Amino acid sequence: MATPTLPIESPAVVQGDASPHAIAFDNVSIAFEENVVLDRISFQLPRGETKALFGVAGSGKSTILKLTLGLLRPDSGRIFLLGQEVTSMSEQELFALRRRVGIVFQESALFDSLTVRDNVAFRLMEEGISDEEIDQRVREALRFVELERTIDMFPSELSGGMRRRVAIARAIITQPEALLYDSPTGGLDPVTSNTIVELIMKQRDVYKTSALMVTHRLQDAFTMATHQFDRNTNQLVALPKGQHCEVAMSFLLLRDGKVIFDGDAHQLATSRDPYIREYIS
Amino acid sequence: MALEIELVSPFEVAKDAVRAIQDYTLLAAQSIANLFRRPLYGGDMLQQADLIGVGSLPIVVLTGLSIGALLALNSANTLQRFGGITLIGQLVSIGMVTELGPLITGLMVAGRNASGMASELGSMIVTEQIDAMRALGTDPSKKLVTPRVGATVFMLFFLTIIADLLGLIGGNAVASLLFGLDSRQYWSNAWQILVFRDVFMGLVKPVLFGFIISTIGCYYGMSTRGGTQGVGRSTTQAVVASSVLILVVDFFITKLIFAMLGYR
Repeated sequence: MATPTLPIESPAVVQGDASPHAIAFDNVSIAFEENVVLDRISFQLPRGETKALFGVAGSGKSTILKLTLGLLRPDSGRIFLLGQEVTSMSEQELFALRRRVGIVFQESALFDSLTVRDNVAFRLMEEGISDEEIDQRVREALRFVELERTIDMFPSELSGGMRRRVAIARAIITQPEALLYDSPTGGLDPVTSNTIVELIMKQRDVYKTSALMVTHRLQDAFTMATHQFDRNTNQLVALPKGQHCEVAMSFLLLRDGKVIFDGDAHQLATSRDPYIREYIS
Repeated sequence: MALEIELVSPFEVAKDAVRAIQDYTLLAAQSIANLFRRPLYGGDMLQQADLIGVGSLPIVVLTGLSIGALLALNSANTLQRFGGITLIGQLVSIGMVTELGPLITGLMVAGRNASGMASELGSMIVTEQIDAMRALGTDPSKKLVTPRVGATVFMLFFLTIIADLLGLIGGNAVASLLFGLDSRQYWSNAWQILVFRDVFMGLVKPVLFGFIISTIGCYYGMSTRGGTQGVGRSTTQAVVASSVLILVVDFFITKLIFAMLGYR
């Protein structure tokens, strides 16, 4: 399925930020009461790459996203986002950094008392941008997720898939440098899931946005690892087998609070670890 | 079926209580500090003022009238026995302006708005809307708490004045219609008995009560845990805590003003 174009060409990268990694975790641990969720995990997300996070329910995938944005504080370890150490910043300092990142929550987390227009425009309204420009940019973002007709509706009037797409529009409207997706296709029908996967791939391949994506659907991540978004035809193109490694896509698997795999699709498919083999089978 | 009771150590209970007081103090202090930091959400404050002030007007009008009328009705018999029925205007005036006006308005607004704030913010917490707001780079304390606190303090001040006035009108209606007292005499007595201390006390209280209602409502909303059941729990706790705190603070502020400005 072809997705409409978004006129903004690339993320607004802040000058002077020399870090090669969009996100980096260094020995991060967090426990909720007695339950250790993450135990000294480390990984890096290179700029422009999308990393899919896997693991059974409760393995700490969503916690990683919240830690990345500083919505949760780790018990130990350091977290870097766009070259800045999140773990040493105050809540007030974090607000400025968070404006450079977009997030799509598992249940969309749209503001239920605001219309779709105001939800998508939330960040722009906070920046004091004029109403005319807001309207224009909101329409562009909604056109990107094919929901322009819902602009005056409230979130309660939308289906689950539509809410997820509005959440994507809200996350991308400022063309952030990094995107965090929490189960963006969870609980959706295959057609809507494919639409959302295409949108995520378009962000990766056209706008080169770094992304962490929590998902339970291996097939989505493998599609992303074996296809590329062609901006000329505005469609997904399957890559020949030898070119899969050219896609900026990696996989990270969590088990019992530890990272048990961090690599590309080929390494995952050929892994001899019995747990990984069972997980991907 | 055996009933399982989880025993909690007194140390843990004390620790939770201290943490709650600390969190509440921080939220309350931050809500004031935000007034001096940009951005200021004037539009949100106006919207809240409309919801809290204009929305509470019918209930404040009704209770103000009723309390004034009841105060006059209940005290008239006693006053009549001692031949002092003409003092009814003074009694209603003192009672309404210094105590019943601020207290009843505060309790009414607490029941209506502390619960509303707790349930609204609590629902936003459990549906991750507050996290979404933080993730979008907006401080929920500035965007949600400060406008509610500012609007409640401002509007409760004027709602109390309205309740005082309607209480006096209610008292006048009872005094003139049931006891045949001259209205001019009633209003003259009601006006002349008031001194600076009474008016001061009557106008300081709604400011404090407004602050209590809004900060308690926001605190319970923002600390909601445990889904929709948690939202219900927060709502109830907000009403109970703000009402009790209003009564306690009322006693101490009355005592303090008497100590500062002297007894009648």
